[in-house]
Amino acid sequence: MTMDAVPPPEDGADPLPQRQVALIDLLDRLLTGGVVITGDVVLSIADIDLVRVSLRALIVSISEENPSPWGGVGAETARDRHVA
Amino acid sequence: MTGSVSYVYGVAGPSPALDDAVRGLRGVDGAPVRVVAAGDVAAVVSDVPAADFEERPLAAHLEDLDWLEAVARAHHGVIDAVAARVTVLPLRLATIYRDDQGVRAVLTAGGAAFRSRLARLAGHVEWGVKLYAEPAAAPDGPPGGSGESSRLSPGRAYLRSRSRERTARDEAHRAAADAVRRVHEAASAHAVEHVRHRVQQGPLVRGTSENVSNDAYLVPSGRSDAFLSAVREAAGAGTPVRAEITGPWAPYSFAAGAPGAEDRADGADGENRADGAREEAAPG
Repeated sequence: MTMDAVPPPEDGADPLPQRQVALIDLLDRLLTGGVVITGDVVLSIADIDLVRVSLRALIVSISEENPSPWGGVGAETARDRHVA
Repeated sequence: MTGSVSYVYGVAGPSPALDDAVRGLRGVDGAPVRVVAAGDVAAVVSDVPAADFEERPLAAHLEDLDWLEAVARAHHGVIDAVAARVTVLPLRLATIYRDDQGVRAVLTAGGAAFRSRLARLAGHVEWGVKLYAEPAAAPDGPPGGSGESSRLSPGRAYLRSRSRERTARDEAHRAAADAVRRVHEAASAHAVEHVRHRVQQGPLVRGTSENVSNDAYLVPSGRSDAFLSAVREAAGAGTPVRAEITGPWAPYSFAAGAPGAEDRADGADGENRADGAREEAAPG
C-alpha cells in the first residue's frame, strides 16, 4: 500500500493524520480486525478470546443492550477451531 | 532466544522495500523489528519477553489499560511504518509464537491464503467513518411546561413532557438512521469492501455525542479523495449527523480472509461484519 497516494486533507478538520490515533479506534481494529491465526502454545492457551473477556469490563460498559463488546460468548468457541 | 517469544505484527510479501521498512524500526518494548520469511510470504516480527506474553502474565497485563495501550500503539507503529512502504496484512493484537520456527510454519501453512489476501488489498487503504447524532433540539416548551401544560396537574404535565421528549428522541433516531444510510451509500460508491464495527461506548469514548455508526471502508488509494468528499458531503451541514473520519489505516478491518478462510467464496467478502456476528476466519 502506498500511503503517499493519499495527501493529507487541506481543511484540517478530519482526518488528522498527525494526531495520535484514539486508543478506542485502535482497539476496534486490533481486537476485532486483523488476521486471526492460532499462535504457538502461548496463544493456543491465551487466545485472543482471553483478551476479549479480560477487556470486557475495562473498555465497554456492559448493559443488556450491549452484552459483549467484541463478539458474544458463542462466537468465542468457534475461534478455538481457527487453524494456523 | 531463551526468555523471549516471537510477536508477529503482520504479513507481507518479502521485498527489499519490506527490509527497508523494518530497518531501525522498534516494536513492542522497543525491540528491533525483523523479517521472517518462508517461501514468498514474510512475517514482521520482534522478540518480546516470554515473561510478559505467556498465558498468565498476558491475562494480567491485559487488565492494565496502560500496558494494553503501549502494546497496541507499538503494534500500530510497526504496521503503519510497514504499510507506508508495502502492502501488509495486519494480524490480531498479541499473536505470539514460541520462536521463529513457529512463525515460518504458519507462513508455510497459510501461504496461499496470505498471498491472495495481500493481492486483494494491494493499492487500497482503510478509512474509518464514525457518525455521531447531533443532540436533538429540545422539545418545545421548557421542562415542567408553560402554556398548555401549565394548566395540567404536575403529574400530567410531567407525563406529557416525557412523552414529547420520547417522540423527539424517536424522530431524532429515525433521522440519524436515515443519515447513516445515506452516508453509507455515498461511501460505498467509492469503496470495494465495508465492515461495520460496533458503535463506540464506554469510558474510552471522548465527547458526549452519541456514536450511531462506526464503519470501515476499503478504498482504492486513488479514490480516497473522492471517498472523503462524498462522505463529507453526505454528512454535511443540514444533516442530523456529524462525521468523524479516521485514516488512512492499514487494512486492519479487511485482513480477514487469510488462513482458514481459503474455502470461503471469494464473493462473500463484500460485506464483512466486525461486530458480534462476525467471525473472521471460516470454521475448520
